[in-house]
Amino acid sequence: MRVVLAEDSVLLREGLIRLLDSAGIDVVAAVAEAEGLLRAVDEHRPDLVVTDVRMPPGHADEGLRAALVLRRQHPGLAIVVLSQYVEERYATRLLSTETRGIGYLLKDRVADVTEFIDALRRVAAGGTALDPEVVAQLLVRRRSDPLDLLTPREYEVLSLIAEGRSNAGIADALTISEGAVGKHINNIFAKLGLSGAEKDHRRVLAVLRFLNISPS
Amino acid sequence: MTYAELTTPWDRVREHYSMLTLMRTAHAVTGLLIALATWAVLFALITPSLLLVWTLIVPIVGVPLLLWAIPLLTAVQRARFSALLDVDIPPVPRPARQRNPLKWLLVRMRSGSTWRQFCYHLLSLPIAVASFGVVVGIWCGALISLASAAAVQARGETELAVALAVLGTALLAAGPWPARWLASLDVLAARALLGPSRAEELAQRVESLRESRAEVVDAADAERRRIERDLHDGAQQRLVSLAMNLGMARAGLKDLPEPAREVIAQAHEEAKQALKELRDLVRGLHPAVLSEEGLDAALSGLAARAPLPVRLTVDAAGRASPTVEAVAFFVVSEALANVAKHSGASGAEVSVLREVEGLRVTIRDDGRGGADPARGTGLRGLAQRVRSVDGVLTIDSPAGGPTTIEAVLPCG
Repeated sequence: MRVVLAEDSVLLREGLIRLLDSAGIDVVAAVAEAEGLLRAVDEHRPDLVVTDVRMPPGHADEGLRAALVLRRQHPGLAIVVLSQYVEERYATRLLSTETRGIGYLLKDRVADVTEFIDALRRVAAGGTALDPEVVAQLLVRRRSDPLDLLTPREYEVLSLIAEGRSNAGIADALTISEGAVGKHINNIFAKLGLSGAEKDHRRVLAVLRFLNISPS
Repeated sequence: MTYAELTTPWDRVREHYSMLTLMRTAHAVTGLLIALATWAVLFALITPSLLLVWTLIVPIVGVPLLLWAIPLLTAVQRARFSALLDVDIPPVPRPARQRNPLKWLLVRMRSGSTWRQFCYHLLSLPIAVASFGVVVGIWCGALISLASAAAVQARGETELAVALAVLGTALLAAGPWPARWLASLDVLAARALLGPSRAEELAQRVESLRESRAEVVDAADAERRRIERDLHDGAQQRLVSLAMNLGMARAGLKDLPEPAREVIAQAHEEAKQALKELRDLVRGLHPAVLSEEGLDAALSGLAARAPLPVRLTVDAAGRASPTVEAVAFFVVSEALANVAKHSGASGAEVSVLREVEGLRVTIRDDGRGGADPARGTGLRGLAQRVRSVDGVLTIDSPAGGPTTIEAVLPCG
């Protein structure tokens, strides 16, 4: 797997390179600002981009904006956005184009190296990796919609789907059987009005509904 | 001007005839000249306007000219007091600039200060005539008496000469006193009529306090943002790196002895905890998303992190000033922390509405109530921060609940 890394703190950039190297992931370019990120992606055509949000020159949300540009310019490019704080607003923007191959994680998560590398691989394979905090934030204001019909358990299952977990992963997290997970998921689909005809998309659509984002 | 301690009689005599006395005399003389000129100007402007009021055009020109001339005359008088008596008459606060000449006229006409100045200029002539008459009269009388004493003495009329000499000396000796009293009288009139009134002085003071307070509040806010940036660029990155390295060690070094692995695992957990605590602290200082995306985005993050369900409604079109947004964020942050700590509530509701009088921030919970700003520093700090932007904080928390905290923050 080939990765382009954008992070302005030298310390962290070097650390991340070491971490990815040790996991057998090839860091083809490591840059310190958003402009450089766009150029590096054009040049190296990586499988995955890992980028910080706050970078020079403005130290605001440059990395996030670069990620949105990359998403437009290179559909299918997997992107993981790392940030000191997760903000629902940023998540909504990131996910408003497509929920495949996207990750939005707190920087803290790099400390749990195995989970972090797993998340990167999952996103590179077209999955999603949303920080539990992002999911929690997205839940706050989603009140007056079919989601209200979900039971607390179904709600939990749906938020784990949004984090990007597989059925097995969800079963693990909730210590229930995979069969039970499947049943919950079917209930969720039914309550959200996602019919069987859209079978392949239902998972993604449920997540979009969950995140209150209309697919474009 | 400083006065040396007057000890010897000689000092007193010197003080009696110092430059000051001369200046007071000069003040009386220039006073008369200026007062005459002032009256000439006032007369020239007022009389035609009164006599030819029916032409309309004459008063229409005359009155604005008069209103324009009054401050100029005041400036001349203030210069006289400052140059000759070393007395500073504080300037009257300038009314805000008006582009519309009619408005300018109205503001000037309605200003009490304009008419007080006008009164002084009218009074200046009688005062000046009195001052000039008395002061210059005494000095001239003294000189004439002494001169004629000498002349009379030459003719051999000694008694008359002595009487004249005594009179001249007495006038010379007494002269500085009336000069001082009359100058004081003039200063009194000028201070009362040319300077700002008590209300104007207070208004000026309030304005300058308001400005300096706004600067202090903005500076504190900027400082908070700077600290947030510094921590973000420094300590936080370092801690992430530390936690990551420990994480790598923990995942990679499987063949270490068990106690060593345990120590690494513990250090790893502690580093992560420290990271979380620092993140919460820094975000409480000033969340970056508040500057970039506004209250709505910052508050939804806050609500999500609260340990109880929070329903959030933000209906605020446009952005308020950074300081007001920071205060609004702080109010919600503190109030939610209070709810979580003390109220025993099962949920809270936060709403931010843009209204005519400003941003209305309301936090309502279904807890046990009884919140009292007198106890605990949380609510008091809240009230202080709200007051710093001229906002109003109301806390309604009957025993048994529910509690409603409401802040209205003017948006200027």
